[in-house]
Amino acid sequence: MQWLVHPAGILAAGETVGHGARELDFMSMLFVFMLATFIGIGVIRRVSRLLHTPLMSLTNAISAIAVVGAIMVAGGEGYPTWIRLLGAVAMFASMTNIISGFLITNRMLKMFKTQPQPGGKP
Amino acid sequence: MTAYHVMQLAYLLACALFIFSLHWMSDPKTARNGVYAGVAAMLVAIFATWGGLHITRHWWIIIPCLLAVPPGIWLAQVPLTAVPQRTAFSHAFGGLAAGLVGTCKYFYWLSHEQEMLTAFRMTAIVAEVILGFLTLTGSLIAAGKLQEIKWIPQRPWVFQGQRAINLAGLGFAVLLGALLINSPSAGWAPFAFVVVVLLSLGFGVMMVLPIGGADMPTVISILNSFAGLSAVAMGFVLDNKVLITAGALDGSSGLILSIIMCKAMNRSFLNVLFGAFGQVKQSAAGSDGKVYKPETIEGAAQILEQASSVVIVPGYGMAVAQAQHKIRELYDQLKKRGISCRFAIHPVAGRMPGHMNVLLAEAEIPYTDLVEMDEINPDMPQADVCLVVGANDVVNPAARHDKSSPIYGMPIIDADKSRTVFAIKRSKNPGFAGIDNELYFSDRTWMLFGDAKAVIGDLVKQLSGGSGIH
Repeated sequence: MQWLVHPAGILAAGETVGHGARELDFMSMLFVFMLATFIGIGVIRRVSRLLHTPLMSLTNAISAIAVVGAIMVAGGEGYPTWIRLLGAVAMFASMTNIISGFLITNRMLKMFKTQPQPGGKP
Repeated sequence: MTAYHVMQLAYLLACALFIFSLHWMSDPKTARNGVYAGVAAMLVAIFATWGGLHITRHWWIIIPCLLAVPPGIWLAQVPLTAVPQRTAFSHAFGGLAAGLVGTCKYFYWLSHEQEMLTAFRMTAIVAEVILGFLTLTGSLIAAGKLQEIKWIPQRPWVFQGQRAINLAGLGFAVLLGALLINSPSAGWAPFAFVVVVLLSLGFGVMMVLPIGGADMPTVISILNSFAGLSAVAMGFVLDNKVLITAGALDGSSGLILSIIMCKAMNRSFLNVLFGAFGQVKQSAAGSDGKVYKPETIEGAAQILEQASSVVIVPGYGMAVAQAQHKIRELYDQLKKRGISCRFAIHPVAGRMPGHMNVLLAEAEIPYTDLVEMDEINPDMPQADVCLVVGANDVVNPAARHDKSSPIYGMPIIDADKSRTVFAIKRSKNPGFAGIDNELYFSDRTWMLFGDAKAVIGDLVKQLSGGSGIH
């Protein structure tokens, strides 16, 4: 079971199985990338043009998925302190994006209404 | 099932939720579900990583998270006119995170497990670091320009041979990157890595400095795409599919938005990035011999009252003057009289995609009256009055016929085809792109000089006080 969780916090499933398996895994990553890009293009094309600003702040928050990498580096075992510190900065940066991105998207979307509301109350 | 499998299944769920999150943005009615799905996906991904991997230093994660709460909340409270610079600023943070993680992994593997630095992984690391760090500085400069910070030039900053220097810098970074991929653990490699980082930081600055304010919507979209792609590269480095998927979604979103922005300006990516727009260039149809025809508030109000259909064209000037709430009052006044009032939204109006929609929605104007350029243009000849508020290049008819104009070929809102045009303008200077606007000299156009907020406020006063009295 040692290959399941690498001591450095890296998933190394393919690494120790041999050269062939590793190449295969890289290929599957390229496939994921290609398919996800096409799904992204398909989905984004249909996003209402009204919502392009909230869309951008939402994707901003989504791209803060980089937090996953930051967690590995900041919290993983065996990293020297200076690397851990850089990881903590990355953690801070992506967490800020997650919090502000989702909050401001929600705030903007609340404003889109069909009917004018006298008095400002829904 | 092992912890590894649980984690991968959680990632799978997170990917599906991210896709749903964007899918729900297709309609303003379901869009808020998109935010909830996004939050859920993010929490699933965070806790799956935290619990699924060998994470032991919890405080190193918790403390940065806590520190991120105040700036996160603060950045979400900015006024909506400041959303473009907030967005650019977040792209900078996204790039920083990606660049830092790439740097960390490289130096960790270099000193602990050199066999991990395979050619494939090194390629991903180099891509991640170049994209991440150029996004960082490029976005910071863009944010600074949008915030109008004094020491960052607002007008495009250009000099002889700039393109060559920029390309040489990027080329050198890529070349060093290729050498690193070839021999990642040579004695000179750490230094080369640092040089690649510095070159990327420099290239980001040099890339955005020559770009003017009118091109900001495209630049922000491109930087959005870069931030996503750097997350994808990180996914390749860390063998993590949720990073690849979410990053690819973000990358394609930025790509589509940039394409829309470029089309709306009739320009190509490369043209935006390397051909500085907005050098002040007098076009052939200059202002010589032509005069503005000013109109009084009273006169304009009378014509508005007698109209049966009014189209308002908002532009960046509306955001600067914070006129959206006054426009809402004008909208109410017109609606009260049974006058149809709609808004014509050009894709590049404002400083980021969709900027005008958000500002008008903030003023509680129903989104059903916000109409895109392509949909409203066929109706423009039937419009009695077209009121241009702080828009300039997007209504300039020179784009249709004047081949010498820098905006030639750009699709515009056909304001000049409406029966009467009122243009609110702060001063007699040309707009951001430094181009004279033919529309202002047309026979049907009357100018209302003054601050947009004040002028519209006066119009509203005239309409509410003077109704019925002629």
